[in-house]
Amino acid sequence: MLGRRTLLLLLPLGLGLLAVIGWPLVQTVWLSFTDAQLGDATGNFVGLANYAHALRSHGFRHALQVTLTFSLSTVIIEMILGLLIGLLLDLPLRGRNILRGLLLIPWALPTVINAMAWRVIYNPDFGALNALLTQTGIIGAYRSWLGEPGVALTAIAAADIWKTFPFVALITLAGLQNVPRELKEAALIDGANAWGRFRAVILPAIITPLTIAAVLRIIDTIKVFDIIWIMTRGGPANATKSLSIMVYEQAFSFGNAGYGAAIALLSVAISVVLIGGYMRVSRAQPATA
Amino acid sequence: MRMTPLGRALGYLAMILVGIVVVTPLLWLVIMSVSSTRDLTSLPLHWIPQRLDFSRYHRLLSLATNSDGQIFLFALRNTLEVAAGAVVVSFLLAMPAAWLISRREGKLDRLLLLVVATYMLPPLLFVVPLYRILSGFSMLNSPWGLMIADSTIVLPFTTWLLKGGIDSIPAELEQAAAIDGANLWRIWIMITLPLARPIISTTILFGVLIVWDEFLYAMIFTSDQSAQTLTVVIADLANGRVSDYGLLATAGILAALPPVIIGIFLQRALVAGLTTGGVKG
Repeated sequence: MLGRRTLLLLLPLGLGLLAVIGWPLVQTVWLSFTDAQLGDATGNFVGLANYAHALRSHGFRHALQVTLTFSLSTVIIEMILGLLIGLLLDLPLRGRNILRGLLLIPWALPTVINAMAWRVIYNPDFGALNALLTQTGIIGAYRSWLGEPGVALTAIAAADIWKTFPFVALITLAGLQNVPRELKEAALIDGANAWGRFRAVILPAIITPLTIAAVLRIIDTIKVFDIIWIMTRGGPANATKSLSIMVYEQAFSFGNAGYGAAIALLSVAISVVLIGGYMRVSRAQPATA
Repeated sequence: MRMTPLGRALGYLAMILVGIVVVTPLLWLVIMSVSSTRDLTSLPLHWIPQRLDFSRYHRLLSLATNSDGQIFLFALRNTLEVAAGAVVVSFLLAMPAAWLISRREGKLDRLLLLVVATYMLPPLLFVVPLYRILSGFSMLNSPWGLMIADSTIVLPFTTWLLKGGIDSIPAELEQAAAIDGANLWRIWIMITLPLARPIISTTILFGVLIVWDEFLYAMIFTSDQSAQTLTVVIADLANGRVSDYGLLATAGILAALPPVIIGIFLQRALVAGLTTGGVKG
């Protein structure tokens, strides 16, 4: 079954993956069962104590809540905005190629630069958002967008949505462009059955790309670290402390490598559950269409 | 396609709105980079600079010792080194397996799924073990060490994209060459790799984008100019000397230019890759 040539061809990738992913992963799983500190190499085996501690702790539940709030709100808004704008860009309107070109810029912008730019825009003393909103009379006085626990996560989510809805729009557009023009015309022209035609013609063309985009976005947002780290470092008062920020803090600020590893693995479990659930829902969809 | 005048008007309105939302923050970044610090810290804010000040670009692109420019340009060099290394290593490791998975037509798809699923693992999962491994080989604070760390992200993507690309090269061409007696190595050199050139360049550019974007490993595994990448330098600027927002904006623009240009080249290929989907569960 597995010939020598097969093994030989798989060997480079296999060894590479084992070295940079497999071996570190095994070590992390092991760490999660120990009370290892960052400095000392091994630590003592403590069984599931780290997991039990995490699931019971207020800090973990709070970080989980922050992560899920961020993930679900950004992904849902990005998908809806992206879908609508993708549909818009497929209409025969002049200038749509320019807009499509513009959408590429936020998408290609590195996350750290996006986070930095929005942090400057949100700045409480000299930020452009404050200037804009006070000069137009929408707010009376400058506010600290990233300094108020009730607002900070929303402000970060807005920055993330700005960067990522273009990705969903471009993906949607690409799917639509595979549909023959005559079919689309028939589907889009107002009629008694426009929604039905939309489901029959447009939806099948974009459901696969949209599913892939949604899965990628769920994964990315459950892992979210960079944008929060740059904008607030999890503050103010832990209001934006996601699971990844908590893992970093446990492992590198407090030195609890074992506990940090357990939380990181729990976050993977959450990703798996969310994606599994999403796949079930999205697979059920086209069957009914 | 016919549209009603009202539909057309609403369409243009929506397009303009989206355009404004996308352009405004970018435009502001550009304006900040050429405004004086005084304009940027005045109340009420001066939206339009009184005179254009390009000095920050000059500062960041000059190599005077211990200047911001030196830090920035060294980081640019490090980023390029790490990107080149990670991309080349990933390609060499992934290419044979990607070819095999493609040619076995589905029999090894589970393997591919496993490789791609590693994307679900957050980089933080690997940080402590990688730290110990790199420190064991004295590769902390070195572009080589960071290159290995970044391969955890680049390698799975490279495998996935290459497999998808090789799928579209007809196996018959390779079989014909095999009948003529060419060995696998020759078949790759003569047929597969030349035909795969578009997907190879897509893969390379995408790998560069990933490395350019990478922050966590770079922050943890590097400590000074000899290995720090652009994202780390920009994060430092944002957290430390924030008094000069214009400098921050300038650094952001300069560091964002290469990935944005790559993105424009990539969009078609990338979007096509995602819509046809290299992986079907």
